[in-house]
Amino acid sequence: MTGRSAPELRLESVTHVYQQGAVRALDDVSLTVGPGEVVALIGQNGSGKTTLVRHLNGLLRPTSGRVLVGGQDAAGRTVAQLARDVGLVFQDPDRQIFAGSVRSEVEFGALNVGLHRDLLRAAVEGALATVGLADAARTNPYDLGGSRRKLLALASVLAMQTPVLVLDEPTTGQDVAGVGRVRGVLRDARAAGHTVIAISHDMEFVATEFARVVVMGGGRILADGTPAEVFAPSGWELLRSTYLEPPLAAQVGDRLGLGSTPTQAALLAALAGAAAQ
Amino acid sequence: MLALESVTYRYAGALRPSLREVSLTLSEGEVVGLAGPSESGKTTLCLVASGLAPRTVGGTLTGRLLLDGDDAAPLAIHQLAGRIGIAFANPATQLSGVADTVYEEIAFGPMNLGLPRDDVIRRTDDALATLRIEALASRHPARLSGGQQQLVAIAGLLALRPELLVLDEPTAQLDPAGSRMVADALARLADGGASILIAEQKTDLLAEICRRVVVLADGAVALEGPAAEVLADPRLEALRVAAPADVRLSRAADVARLPAAQRERLRGAVGS
Repeated sequence: MTGRSAPELRLESVTHVYQQGAVRALDDVSLTVGPGEVVALIGQNGSGKTTLVRHLNGLLRPTSGRVLVGGQDAAGRTVAQLARDVGLVFQDPDRQIFAGSVRSEVEFGALNVGLHRDLLRAAVEGALATVGLADAARTNPYDLGGSRRKLLALASVLAMQTPVLVLDEPTTGQDVAGVGRVRGVLRDARAAGHTVIAISHDMEFVATEFARVVVMGGGRILADGTPAEVFAPSGWELLRSTYLEPPLAAQVGDRLGLGSTPTQAALLAALAGAAAQ
Repeated sequence: MLALESVTYRYAGALRPSLREVSLTLSEGEVVGLAGPSESGKTTLCLVASGLAPRTVGGTLTGRLLLDGDDAAPLAIHQLAGRIGIAFANPATQLSGVADTVYEEIAFGPMNLGLPRDDVIRRTDDALATLRIEALASRHPARLSGGQQQLVAIAGLLALRPELLVLDEPTAQLDPAGSRMVADALARLADGGASILIAEQKTDLLAEICRRVVVLADGAVALEGPAAEVLADPRLEALRVAAPADVRLSRAADVARLPAAQRERLRGAVGS
């Protein structure tokens, strides 16, 4: 890993308007994510999640408001400069992949953020191993199935070794092994003190892997807290207003009167506690 | 009715077949789920069942695809298109790219079937209403979120009103409510007599809408049977398929060695 520490990310009253004013995708959003935080972004389709994260590396610029990365206004930095800090993995890998082999695909981004040749090989091998594509290094990306192409897109960004990792629906289309790889990426990021912001519709994954959950709806932030807070029964009305369902463990815990049990582990612990009494 | 008889399929230039001796029947009004880990052959099976492989994809196929008992081999792609609809996991592959609004996008299919104008309008309105995306009608398809595009792609398919539907991870990018709308729409279509083959990683969704589930592993059928039985099969995990959340929760309670009374309590609450 590089020695660069994660910068604070801050959105100040950011509004983003698409299509000449027809769609207000972000509506006066303020959000601060501290170095090393691991944050899930949830909300219904079209609620502004992807629009929000694309502001973090300059792919989109605010219609009004400011984005600060490490205290510096992102308006003064190019996408290439921001890419050294913030690595963004798209929801659709085909928007990202272009090279003729898996290895060159992964090398490209790392070279472009100025990773030194001496470090490049280790970074590329490490990223490929992390996502389980080490044995496919010479394969053409388009000979991989959709789920492995998605892991390839993830590896390309991992190889850039940015201190901030932004993942747009990383577990979509992944099988048990693929989801395990994504969990491994989050574990490594936590250990390295890197910041992670991930968009997900998988509430169980969100409740299990993230310390902080931000709920979006209609281009605004509706809730922001720990999984136990956001998935507590008192918050379900709000979740359902934006077409989200609490994880099954939370629903079962509520039916049994055990309080907020957002994860399977929390539910089983609460049941064990109830048995001990 | 759609049937695959001992189908082995190999992509052009591939060393190994992607499907091996797969047999599968889809009766009228039946919803069959297709599960399996990544690269087990789910997408390939969708391409074969819809007739796209080998017709447009190339490759070689042995075995037979039967439509209402007749060999589909002599049918051209446009003859199949009116009978079998396919939706891909990535909506960007599906959208026509020529429509400036969601409304035109959904009307594109029925218009190409040469239907009368009134019929096209009725079908388009129905499809928009079924997936509750009327509010998107005047938006540009390319400027929608991934999940919204997925709903539009499925609406375009519904507007064709095919008797057979093949869906490859149709809810991959959808929020839980979007998945529910698609599930409800599919259940209604099946009630109306449509036969549906649906490949999904989300086994919770399969448990809800499928009568039968087929699990593929390495291009061959590994498990097959009533949905509830297959999705609770302990071999599922070794096949790298996540069981539905309720099955996993009950199983975790067993592993955690909770007292029997607490396990019973949990089981009761999971089912309700």
